[in-house]
Amino acid sequence: MATRLKETDVVMLGVGLVGSIVGRELTKAGLEVVGLERGEPRFTVPDFQAPAMHDELRYSIRKSLMMDAAKETYTFRNSANQTALPMRRIQGFLPGTGLGGSAVHWNGQTYRFHDADFRMRTLANERYGKDFLGPEYTFQDWGVSYADLEPYYDRFEYLLGVSGKAGNVQGKKIPGGNVLEEPRSREYPTRPMKEPYGSAMFRKAAEGLGYHPFTQPSSNLSEPYTNPEGMTLNTCMFCGYCERYGCEHFAKASPQTVVLPVLLKDPKFTLRTGCQVQRINLDSSGRNATGVTYIDSQGREFEQPARLVVVGLFALNNVRMLLLSKIGAPYDPATGKGVVGRNYSYQTTSGVNVFYDENTNINPFMRSGASGTLIADFVSDNFDHAKLGFLGGGYIGEVMSHGRPIEFHPTPPGTPSWGSEWKKAVVRHYNHTAVVSTHGSSISTRYNYLDLDPTYKDAWGQPLMRMTFDFPDNDIKLSAFITERAAEIAKAMGGKQIVASPRKRPYTSTQYQSTHNTGGTIMGLDRSTSVLNRYCQSWDVPNVFVIGASCYPQNASYNPTGTVGALAYWAADAIINKYIRSPGPLLS
Amino acid sequence: MTTQDESLPYDLGRRRLFQAIGAAGVATALPMLPAQAQQREAPAQAYIFFNAAEATFIEAAVARLIPKDATGPGALEAGVPNYIDKQLAGAWGAGERLYRSGPWQPGAPTQGYQLPFTPAELFRNAIRALNQKHAGFATLMPKEQDAFLDALQKSKEDLGGVPSNVFFESLLEVTIEGFFADPVYGGNKDMTPWKMIGFPGAYADFYEYVDKYNIAYTAPPTSLAQDANGRIHIHIEPKRK
Repeated sequence: MATRLKETDVVMLGVGLVGSIVGRELTKAGLEVVGLERGEPRFTVPDFQAPAMHDELRYSIRKSLMMDAAKETYTFRNSANQTALPMRRIQGFLPGTGLGGSAVHWNGQTYRFHDADFRMRTLANERYGKDFLGPEYTFQDWGVSYADLEPYYDRFEYLLGVSGKAGNVQGKKIPGGNVLEEPRSREYPTRPMKEPYGSAMFRKAAEGLGYHPFTQPSSNLSEPYTNPEGMTLNTCMFCGYCERYGCEHFAKASPQTVVLPVLLKDPKFTLRTGCQVQRINLDSSGRNATGVTYIDSQGREFEQPARLVVVGLFALNNVRMLLLSKIGAPYDPATGKGVVGRNYSYQTTSGVNVFYDENTNINPFMRSGASGTLIADFVSDNFDHAKLGFLGGGYIGEVMSHGRPIEFHPTPPGTPSWGSEWKKAVVRHYNHTAVVSTHGSSISTRYNYLDLDPTYKDAWGQPLMRMTFDFPDNDIKLSAFITERAAEIAKAMGGKQIVASPRKRPYTSTQYQSTHNTGGTIMGLDRSTSVLNRYCQSWDVPNVFVIGASCYPQNASYNPTGTVGALAYWAADAIINKYIRSPGPLLS
Repeated sequence: MTTQDESLPYDLGRRRLFQAIGAAGVATALPMLPAQAQQREAPAQAYIFFNAAEATFIEAAVARLIPKDATGPGALEAGVPNYIDKQLAGAWGAGERLYRSGPWQPGAPTQGYQLPFTPAELFRNAIRALNQKHAGFATLMPKEQDAFLDALQKSKEDLGGVPSNVFFESLLEVTIEGFFADPVYGGNKDMTPWKMIGFPGAYADFYEYVDKYNIAYTAPPTSLAQDANGRIHIHIEPKRK
C-alpha cells in the first residue's frame, strides 16, 4: 500500500532543465514545490571531475549518464504494420537520467526558433498556398508567436550566459552576427567563442559563395559570467569531452551551474531523488489531478498529493506519463482522432566529410560542444520553397564537437571496415578530416506517433512507450537539397575529397543522429488537435502542465533546447500570473 | 563504419566460409592442441574470462582485424584481447544497461540487437561453435584468416544461436574499443594507437591552441590513470599517513 505524504502546492516530475527553472520560479512566487527525480543526485564537484570524466568508453560508448535500458526503454518500429521491438540498448538518441537531466550531457548549442516555425501552417498557407503538401502532413501552429516568446528566450539565455554575437537587435542588422535571425531585444550575455581551424575554413568558403556565416551560439562560455541567480560560470577550455559528459570546468551551462544550488537552498523546495513516478492520480471526475504515485529506490510506494502537477521529464517520457495516467485521448493513426502521442517528430541531419592532405592538421580533439561556424541561409523559411516541393529547412555548419577516436575515425568510401587497409586509412585521415553537418527540421505526419506498447514492460511492470517513425518524403527531399548545398561549401574548403551523405530511409534506431525527439504532447489553440493549450496546460486536466520538446507540433531547423528553456519560463509565468490567481483552464 | 551486405544470400556466405577453411587444407573439427596455442607469439596474459581455446581464437582474430604493419602495432600488440577479456568478465559482459525481457523475436535491422544473449554469452557461444565447426583458424595463413573473417562478416551461419555476422560485428566493435579506449581498461598499450593517429587522450585544456591554426600538436598523450612521471596506475595505492 502506498504511504500517503503531506500535500504540497506543486509536485514537479523530473528535476532537469525544466524542473530546475520552473521549481525556482514557483518557489520564488511563494509556492511549496516537491521535485521528484528518478536518477541520482550529482554535482560538478565531485561527480564531473577530471581525469575520470575524460573517459570515452565509460561515457560515450557505455553511456554512463544515460537512461538505463535494463530498467526502462522504448519499443520501436518504422511503420504500423511491423511489430515494435524494444531498443535493448540506448543508441539512436540519448535521454539522460539523474539530477540535471539531459542538460548535464548536452553540447550547449543554444538557438531560437523562427516565427515561421511557430506559425508554420498559417505562414506556409499564405506563402505557398493551402495544399502545398499533401493531407498526410499534420504540421500546425503552436499557438504562440516568436514575439510572445522573445522575452522568455532572453531570460533563458541570460540565465545560461550564452556566448554569441547578435545579428539582429530590435530590427537593426549587425554584420558578424546572424543577420538572418529573428530580432532579439539585446546582445548575447557573453562574446562569441574562439573559432577552430575547420570552422574558419568553412567561414571563408561560405562567405565566398555569398552566404552569411556566423559563430554558433554556445552555452559553454567564452568568458567568465555571473548570471541573475548569482551563479558564476567559467571559460570553456575546448577539452573535447562535452556531449555525453558533465563539465568539470563549471563552463557548460547546466542546472547544476546556473540555478540548482540556489533552488536547493530554498526551504520551499524539496528534492527527492531515486523516485520513479508511476502515474499522475486523478479524482473521480477525471478532470482534476490529486498528485502522483511514485516508487522510491528502496521499492517503497508513496502517494504525493499536490494541488498542481508540472511534468518536466525527457520529451518522450512526458508523453508516456500522460498515457500511463490516462490524461487526454490517445492518438489513433487509423482515424486521425485523439491527441496524446500525435505529431512525433525528430531531426533530419546529414554530413559531408572533407578529406584533406596530410599537411592540414584539423586537430578535431580541440573542440567544445558548441564552437563552430554555420549559415542560416537555408533555415526555416529564410529561402523560397515554392519550386522545391518541401517545407522546412536546416542549418549548414562546421560544428564538430570532438575527436574522440572510438566514435570518430573517418575513412573515405571504399575503405574496408577492418584490416590493414582500414588501419592505414584511419591513421592517414584522423587528423586531416573536417565534417560539415546539416541540421534540418522534421515535419509531422499522421503516420509517425507514440503510444503504449501492448507487450513490453519496464522494471516496475508498466508498459513501455512504442515509437512508430520513419522519415517522411518531405524531409528526405529537404535533406537531399540541403546536403547538396553543404557539399558545395565543402568543395570550396580546400580538401582533396568530398563525401556527402544525405539522410536516407529507413530511420534506424541503432545509429545516433540526435536526441531531439519532439511532439506527442503538443501545444496549440484547438483541443481537437493538441494536448496542451498555448500555456502548456492540459486541456483535459487543467492542474497539469507539461513542459518540454514534447510540446512542439513539429520540429524546427535549430537545436531544440533554447525553446525548451523559453517555454519553461513562459509556462512558469502563466502559472504564477494567471493560474494561481484563478485556478482552472486558462483558455476554454 | 562497417560495410555489410544484407542482401548476401545465406548459402553464398556459408560457401565462402568453407572455402576459406578448405583453402588452408585444414580439416574441420580438428581439435586445437595446447602446444599449437603456445607456439603463437602473444603477450603473456592473465585471462579471467577466456579459456585457452577462446583466447587462441580471439588473439588470432584481432591480429587480423587490426594487424601489425608499417603504421605500427596491431590490436594484439596493443593488448586488445586483454581488454575484451576484462569487458566480458565484468558488468558489460553480464548485460549491464541491456534490456533483457522477452518475448524474443527477430526484428528488422533498424530495430537493433534482439538476441537473448548477454555479451559474455554471445562471445562464448559463438567461439565455442567456431572452434567446434572450423577449428584451426589460428594456424591459417594471414590471407586465409582474412578470407575466413570476411566470410564470417558476410554470412549468417548459425554459431550456437548467434548469426556469424552478428558475432563478427560485435567482435569488431570491441576490438576498435580496446584499441582506442583509455589504457586503464587494459588495451591501447602504451597509448601507441593514440600516438599513431595523433589523439592526445585525457587532456582537459586546449584553450591556447584552438585558434592557432594548422599546428602539429606533438605533446605525448595522457591517460586518465597517469601520474606525473607518466606511469599508468591500474591499482589504487592507499595514501600514506
